[in-house]
Amino acid sequence: MKIAVIIPCYNEEECVADVFNEISSIKIPNCYIEPVFINDCSKDNTLALLKSYHAKVLDLSVNLGIGGAVQTGFKYALLHNFDVAIQLDGDGQHPADQIVNLIAPIMANEADVVIGSRFIEKEGFQSSFARRLGINYFKFLNKFLVKKTITDNTSGFRAINNKALKEVCNYYPDEYPEPEAVILFSLNNLRIKEIPVVMRERIGGQSSISSFKSIYYMIKVSLAIIFIYLRLKLNGKRSTL
Amino acid sequence: MENVVPYKIQIISILGALAFMFFIFRLITKGKLREEYAIVWIVCTLILIVFSVWRSGLDVIAKLLGVYYAPALVFLAAIFAIIIFLVHLSVVNSKQQRQIKDLTQDIALLKDKLGNKKND
Repeated sequence: MKIAVIIPCYNEEECVADVFNEISSIKIPNCYIEPVFINDCSKDNTLALLKSYHAKVLDLSVNLGIGGAVQTGFKYALLHNFDVAIQLDGDGQHPADQIVNLIAPIMANEADVVIGSRFIEKEGFQSSFARRLGINYFKFLNKFLVKKTITDNTSGFRAINNKALKEVCNYYPDEYPEPEAVILFSLNNLRIKEIPVVMRERIGGQSSISSFKSIYYMIKVSLAIIFIYLRLKLNGKRSTL
Repeated sequence: MENVVPYKIQIISILGALAFMFFIFRLITKGKLREEYAIVWIVCTLILIVFSVWRSGLDVIAKLLGVYYAPALVFLAAIFAIIIFLVHLSVVNSKQQRQIKDLTQDIALLKDKLGNKKND
């Protein structure tokens, strides 16, 4: 089984080494695991560092934001016939050693999409109160729309199989894509499963969501969720942009 | 109501509209403006010319629509046209943003392919 671990990086020079080593050290029987870094126009040494490790790097010429960067990795995975694509943040928050658990439901063909959730067993880094409030809000919004409870809609630690890969290559949101992608997966009748993971506090870098941007984040993502819901409901599947 | 509009302003508006039309045509011939965006400007200019020549036209149409104060109709029509055009530009912009994203991703994938070839 070929597994691509997609790591979007924007100014992550402090942690790419750890992430790279962690992923390289994972051994799963009968599996080939390739870390694929997406350099989203980092202004620091991220690219040079990654090249010095001879890691696979896809270098974007224009800053696309997290969604566009991750989608590049998805396209790479689809192009090179990977069976599973895992999304993992470049900041060291996501525990690479739990990839085994993340892909287990896909390998057992129990799910098409597996989301690593902080809130099932409530262990490890739990994020701030304000963030948890936002995460709960998405939980209810998504539950209301697709009748499915996802405890951690904002989690970027995910694994998707080939079927889901085709959908995300066709359309993936640009900014703050995680909660919106859950709707996308649900309405395309993909089986979503959540597994408990323990996340860490970021080693370095900055969150893509600073505090004063959080209002914009909530509004933007809410609109995006509602519109993608309407679009998929009204037009049926598949539409670009 | 005849001769309410003095000739001076009529000549100025006709000349202005013609100059604008000439400017648009020059942009198109120089390849700086695509025809699809030029159409809306040409139509606007034609409307301007029609009303510059047909002086009482504005009053006639205002009366027809039941607009009491004729110049208000001008503002209404102008603002409406501007909003429509702005929405059109937003649509174009969104499309281009998607195209740039697709191109950037393709370039990144091609760069990767090229790098692999060099290493072989």
